[in-house]
Amino acid sequence: MEQLVQNFFNIEVLIKVYPMLLKGVWMTLQLCVVVVPIGFLGGLLVAIGYSFHNRWLNALLIVYVDFFRAFPPLVLLIFVFYGTPYVGLEVPAFVAVLIAFFLNTSSYYGEILRAGIESIGRGQWEAARSTGIGRLQTMFYVILPQAMRNVAPDLTSNTLEVIKFTALASVVALPELLRMGRIAQGITYNPTPLIAVALIYLAMLWPLVRFLSRLERRMLVKQR
Amino acid sequence: MLISIVNPNDRPVVLDAKGIVKTFGQVKALNGVDLAVTRQELVFVIGPSGSGKSTLLRCCNRLEEPTAGAVYVDGIDILNRGININAVRRHIGMVFQSFNLYPHMTALGNVTLALRRVLKLSTRDANSRGMEALDGVGLTDKAGAYPGELSGGQQQRVAIARALSLEPKIMLFDEPTSALDPELVGSVLEVMRRMRNTGMTMVVVSHEMRFAREAADRVIFMDEGHIVEEGTPSDIFEAPQHQRTRTFLSAVTQK
Repeated sequence: MEQLVQNFFNIEVLIKVYPMLLKGVWMTLQLCVVVVPIGFLGGLLVAIGYSFHNRWLNALLIVYVDFFRAFPPLVLLIFVFYGTPYVGLEVPAFVAVLIAFFLNTSSYYGEILRAGIESIGRGQWEAARSTGIGRLQTMFYVILPQAMRNVAPDLTSNTLEVIKFTALASVVALPELLRMGRIAQGITYNPTPLIAVALIYLAMLWPLVRFLSRLERRMLVKQR
Repeated sequence: MLISIVNPNDRPVVLDAKGIVKTFGQVKALNGVDLAVTRQELVFVIGPSGSGKSTLLRCCNRLEEPTAGAVYVDGIDILNRGININAVRRHIGMVFQSFNLYPHMTALGNVTLALRRVLKLSTRDANSRGMEALDGVGLTDKAGAYPGELSGGQQQRVAIARALSLEPKIMLFDEPTSALDPELVGSVLEVMRRMRNTGMTMVVVSHEMRFAREAADRVIFMDEGHIVEEGTPSDIFEAPQHQRTRTFLSAVTQK
């Protein structure tokens, strides 16, 4: 028992490394605050693109979505970061992460939102259009609010997934939370920092989970 | 053009559909139908299901794109490619069989969406005009209710208010009472009766024969994408000229 505490819940180690971990938290937060919104917006564009039912645009979007959903994000990130210099583009690690995550995340969000939009019956479109409301406004005021509610659980899980995936940024040496935890582990020869990292993720994600599921429930009650 | 919108008895023609053809793949839903509606007229369209009556209605505001033919609303060729269809549609109210209220908005929200987004009214003006429209269908006390909290009849009246608040030149009704429980039909017909008495121009696709008899100026019987015959309610109901009309009417009235 004492061994266990020594190795995994060592307070002294924690006190020594917590500034490093805080730095990691800060970087992870920065990543999330940028990656989630741009991925979501990208997905929105994909889903709206689908709704035009244009044959060529659809073919293009299907290729995009299929490819980037199937492509491992880790490889994608390595490719963007280490590959771009060969074509004369030197992208900073943070930007490489944004690009790789945008491609991956937008295709997932796009697919979820498309399913949501398609779950809304034609009657809703017709009702709005028959009053003279244009296509895009119908999308934003009538279709999307209902679509997002229908796929809210999927949006929530995907968002949590994306946040956890930001740990991948460590492969391009971005000092996010997991990377800082592993460095701290190396310095102290003790896995306590990793346990701390897990707890920090939990502390960040759990309130978010609660918040999102409350939001879902509120929307459901309102509609009844 | 001006000549085409004035009819012999001097009432302007609000809706003039000519030679409407609509095919879905191999199926011919409409086979050259003419429909002219003069101001303040109430035209009733009856016929068996699949006869093309709903399709005809939906061609009049281009929810369905006619394969051939012409549709003029207030003299404007609405099938013209260059036309702003949204500007046209706000003058053509439509009420659907399944109400199609926006479930995530209150009754008032349903009515005011187009007022704010199409007429660009301020929230305050839209709300006061929306309340007026709800008052017109007897539902001011339900302004804050969501569609899920309303009965079918109340939902359909909100849908009517939503269309009426835009002050359309003509209202199209696509089987407005077909999805309602029998005891709720009366309240919707009552609203329609009142609209008729205030001079609204209306085209009604419906199976409410009693209402047709009492309120319609003209009844059109359609079958297989054609107009079989048309006339005053007493022409059609008491002295139908065609066998198909007689067969249909006896089948409907036997229910």
